[in-house]
Amino acid sequence: MAEEPLVRWDWIGRNWPEILELVADNVVMALVPVVVGLLVALPLGLAGARWRWFYQPAVGVMNVVYSLPSLAVFIVLIPITGLATRTTVMVPLVFYAMAVLIPAVVDGLASVPDHVRQSAVAMGFTPLRRLLAVELPIAVPVVLAGLRVATVSSVSLVSVGALVGRGGLGYLFIDGWQRQFPTPIVVGIVLVVLLAGAADLLLVLAQRWLTPWASARTAARSGRRGAA
Amino acid sequence: MGRLWQGGRAPAGDQGLRMITFDDVTKRYPDGTVAVDGLSLQAPSGEITVFVGPSGCGKTTSLRMINRMIDATGGRILLDGVDVRTIDPPTLRRGIGYVIQQAGLFPHRKIVDNVATVPYLLGWDRRKARARAMELLERVGLDPKLAGRYPFQLSGGQQQRVGVARALAADPPVLLMDEPFSAVDPIVRASLQDELLRLQAELNKTIVFVTHDIDEAIKLGDRVAVLRVGGRLAQLAAPAELLADPADDFVREFLGRDRGIRRLSFIPGDGLRLRTDLTVPASAEAASARGTAEPWLVVVDADGRPLGWVAREDLPDSGTLAGVPAAPYGAFVRGRDSLRSALDAALLSPSGNAVAVDGSGRVEGVVTRQELDAALARAAEGARG
Repeated sequence: MAEEPLVRWDWIGRNWPEILELVADNVVMALVPVVVGLLVALPLGLAGARWRWFYQPAVGVMNVVYSLPSLAVFIVLIPITGLATRTTVMVPLVFYAMAVLIPAVVDGLASVPDHVRQSAVAMGFTPLRRLLAVELPIAVPVVLAGLRVATVSSVSLVSVGALVGRGGLGYLFIDGWQRQFPTPIVVGIVLVVLLAGAADLLLVLAQRWLTPWASARTAARSGRRGAA
Repeated sequence: MGRLWQGGRAPAGDQGLRMITFDDVTKRYPDGTVAVDGLSLQAPSGEITVFVGPSGCGKTTSLRMINRMIDATGGRILLDGVDVRTIDPPTLRRGIGYVIQQAGLFPHRKIVDNVATVPYLLGWDRRKARARAMELLERVGLDPKLAGRYPFQLSGGQQQRVGVARALAADPPVLLMDEPFSAVDPIVRASLQDELLRLQAELNKTIVFVTHDIDEAIKLGDRVAVLRVGGRLAQLAAPAELLADPADDFVREFLGRDRGIRRLSFIPGDGLRLRTDLTVPASAEAASARGTAEPWLVVVDADGRPLGWVAREDLPDSGTLAGVPAAPYGAFVRGRDSLRSALDAALLSPSGNAVAVDGSGRVEGVVTRQELDAALARAAEGARG
């Protein structure tokens, strides 16, 4: 039997519609939890920034959640959300995203220089308007930095779900391993990395576009603690 | 009650109507610390009242009680007789300009939008608010090209000017300034101070200005309130009076050295008598100048501007004075400069006499040392401290 090549292009050519489906599945399962995680992390982060007593316990709980092995969580969830469902994979990913994003929101709000906050008060902003028009926009660069970490790790964590039957591109790893056939494994790795890179690039571009003032941060924040 | 403080542009003629009254105001924190203790004073409309004192004297706390960033625990603060605590804080604040240390500009907003902050809050339409902002940028001496930049692209001094423009945007009758110039270097600070005085001459706002720098207080204040640690008023007086007659050792010490010399800045130099017989044109013959009884003469050019002093005994027998090297001179502008400037001018002249010039730099005459001595003696009579 001839030596098996690392990549067999004909296999890719024959299977690319299925591969694209896996890419789409991976994207959905990675991004939905990040979006949901952000929506939950915003109010919790605001609460954490407002009430310091709330922040430490919240971060403690999220860190414990973050330390749970993802596979274990998937298995525990199977009786509730079903085997090989998207939900089973996405629920833990929501928590992982929250674990990164809650501190990012808190740190982002803490990055608002005190003299800026004070001057907003003195100009006559109401508390809500100050939050929406001054504090949150200034927190954006720090939150986006957290969002990049959450997104990239979510993209790659999805593949662990393959062990419970639904793992996006992770399916290719199981498939290649079971058949002692390296091509799907290589394709899977390359696509996960490309996907994560593309998501990260989009977020970087979003940051440039959303916060053209962001190089101001070091200047405007003298004396404040650094961002996470 | 809030109606009174609908901010916006106060109608012309209403400018001078905001007087701030502290009536036995105290701020005591829950832990028992007293930041301000029974403060009673008035900040008259159209004047700059400076709160000055060492750290812990409650000057910033006092300032922030005016716009309710901090609420007093005792006494009342009145704006034209209206207790500030009866006015909803955001409404109150939109009617009071505020300039903070480090400017406090919003880093995520362009300069023009920073300046237009309060007009936006008051619901002006965007175009009108921005037009007003552009007008103010020019007024505080900034290039309109900076309007589209972000704060981090400006120097500290420029940012502080934007901070002043922002505070003035809705044309509030009252301006609170919380150590606004302390984070910039001394040269920029001096120019910002001059700028503020120039603006105030045009605008006549009621300004309360907080600083820890007594020289700044004396330069800017129409009246200066010196506060001591624990938030008690040590003395409230016009700068010249403060320098001449400090209330106690604390104030005397806080005023620091050279108090007597600094006080001369507040005594106008236009009462000094001039001698006009010590001036000679550069075209005059040296020989004839030698004939006078005066040891020193001021040589002026054809326009009447001073060239310098010449000593009679050094004059040659022939030629004009134009060929004689003139010694450096000190001059002051009569009608504008103070007695201190006149004294300084005298000290810079080898003759010991000061050259008095008019606004365009032409010599009006000479103030002799004897005349200065007499003026200083009169000044000393005014000082009792």
